[in-house]
Amino acid sequence: MKRVYLDHSATTPVHPRVALAAMNFMMNEYGNASSVHTQGQRAGQAVEHAREQVAGMIGANPREIIFTSGATEADNLALRGIAEMHRERGDHIITTAVEHHAILHACDALEKDGFRITRLAVDGEGRVDPDDVAEAIEPGTILISVMLANNEVGTLQPVEEIVEIAREHDVWVHTDAVQVAGQLPVDVDALGVDLASFSAHKMYGPKGVGCLYIRRGTRIRAQMFGGHHERWLRAGTENVPGIVGFGEACALADEELAYRRSHLTALRDHLIEGLEARIPDVMLNGHRTERLPGNVNVCIPGVEGEAMLLHLDMKGISASSGSACTSGSLEASHVLLAMGIKHEIAHGSLRLTLGRENTREEIDYLLEILPPIVENLRAMSAWKPGEDTTFSSGGGN
Amino acid sequence: MYTDKVMEHFTSPKNVGEIEDFDGEGRVGNPVCGDMMAMQIKVEDNVITDAKFRTFGCGAAIATSSIVTEMAKGKTLEEAEAISNKAVAEALGGLPTNKMHCSNLAADALHNAIADYRERTGGDDGGA
Repeated sequence: MKRVYLDHSATTPVHPRVALAAMNFMMNEYGNASSVHTQGQRAGQAVEHAREQVAGMIGANPREIIFTSGATEADNLALRGIAEMHRERGDHIITTAVEHHAILHACDALEKDGFRITRLAVDGEGRVDPDDVAEAIEPGTILISVMLANNEVGTLQPVEEIVEIAREHDVWVHTDAVQVAGQLPVDVDALGVDLASFSAHKMYGPKGVGCLYIRRGTRIRAQMFGGHHERWLRAGTENVPGIVGFGEACALADEELAYRRSHLTALRDHLIEGLEARIPDVMLNGHRTERLPGNVNVCIPGVEGEAMLLHLDMKGISASSGSACTSGSLEASHVLLAMGIKHEIAHGSLRLTLGRENTREEIDYLLEILPPIVENLRAMSAWKPGEDTTFSSGGGN
Repeated sequence: MYTDKVMEHFTSPKNVGEIEDFDGEGRVGNPVCGDMMAMQIKVEDNVITDAKFRTFGCGAAIATSSIVTEMAKGKTLEEAEAISNKAVAEALGGLPTNKMHCSNLAADALHNAIADYRERTGGDDGGA
């Protein structure tokens, strides 16, 4: 069965050009970038070339790019790196309730170490209000971390406005830009952020590599100690094939960005229209227009997400959900709950994230397959949209 | 992640629906966990003659609901009360660890339905 992959926010297929570039640095150019000999120098030059490609995509200087094992490490390095370096200046960090767990759990850990964390609420569409950021700033605030776009519902955050506010108070701003890179232009100077995290595997690059952009003059403390790699900020032999692949993926994104943006937006809007026309009571999650070109996220009341995913999977469709069963916790997605969506509705979320290789035919296939699945599960459900959901948790009634 | 038996009951669940003139009903689960079950039974001469369910929940929730209705049919109330959540999971060839707690409620739903029946009939054998 031909598979229809609609889970690009989880990860993307590696582009053949990227894979070939990376493979060359596994099989032929295998030198250690720190070695003095010719092979080492060639690996070192390849890393620096990739650094230029990555910097080029986001309008940065190559010296402002620190390669990491991915965005989780970049997020941790940004938060902890600033917090530990500037502790004498302040102990307060502002973030939002809808960040990726790489941010939220890093903040939980910092809280245990004595830092104070403010997690800002969002509106029904998942957007944080810049006025709330302004209100939360206090003399001890050192860092604000707000994602550029949400990985679950695709809502774009007003990061530029937040940076303006932060500048008045001399507070550093970090953004997790993972979902935006490769779909929309990212210019670190236009945004004005001091730090930004990126991941290769969300943009047709390999897994296990990403980077942290650190604006020149921003001092952070290293979190990994060892050799002199990455200007002493991230020790460990460079993942040369991964870094080369990441660089190639950034070059590819630059070439294709305008096409990707219009292709994904057209597919997205066709998909949203189709779902709203064919599935009664479907609710779009996130902002209708201020959202990632490739993101569709809906709640389908009366249906549980995992059951829906299993049926879709049997029909060859890969998608994801924010139900408890798929979030890996006992509760539904923290993002949907923070947006004020009721638990039983949040369990029925379906995320369909589109990529450059998706076609209109694939979207039409999903639109044909999904409605009978929903009808079947709703017919089986113990409650219907609008019905009472009072159930005892055991012991007789 | 799921056994073939679970997938079989998930894709072709047995006894979905409601019983007209049911003798007992059990409703368990909660919206926070995302698993909610409603189970109805028909009782004659202390024996469960029919059982039907409606479930909102994941693959495991649907499969456990389906198999427990099959297990309960033809059993006396006492035998049905002895069906445990663990026995339900075993009948399905096992469940993933993270499903054992939140989605494995079908036996509870059955027990609630029996308790409801006993309450309606004043604790005797149904006043048939």
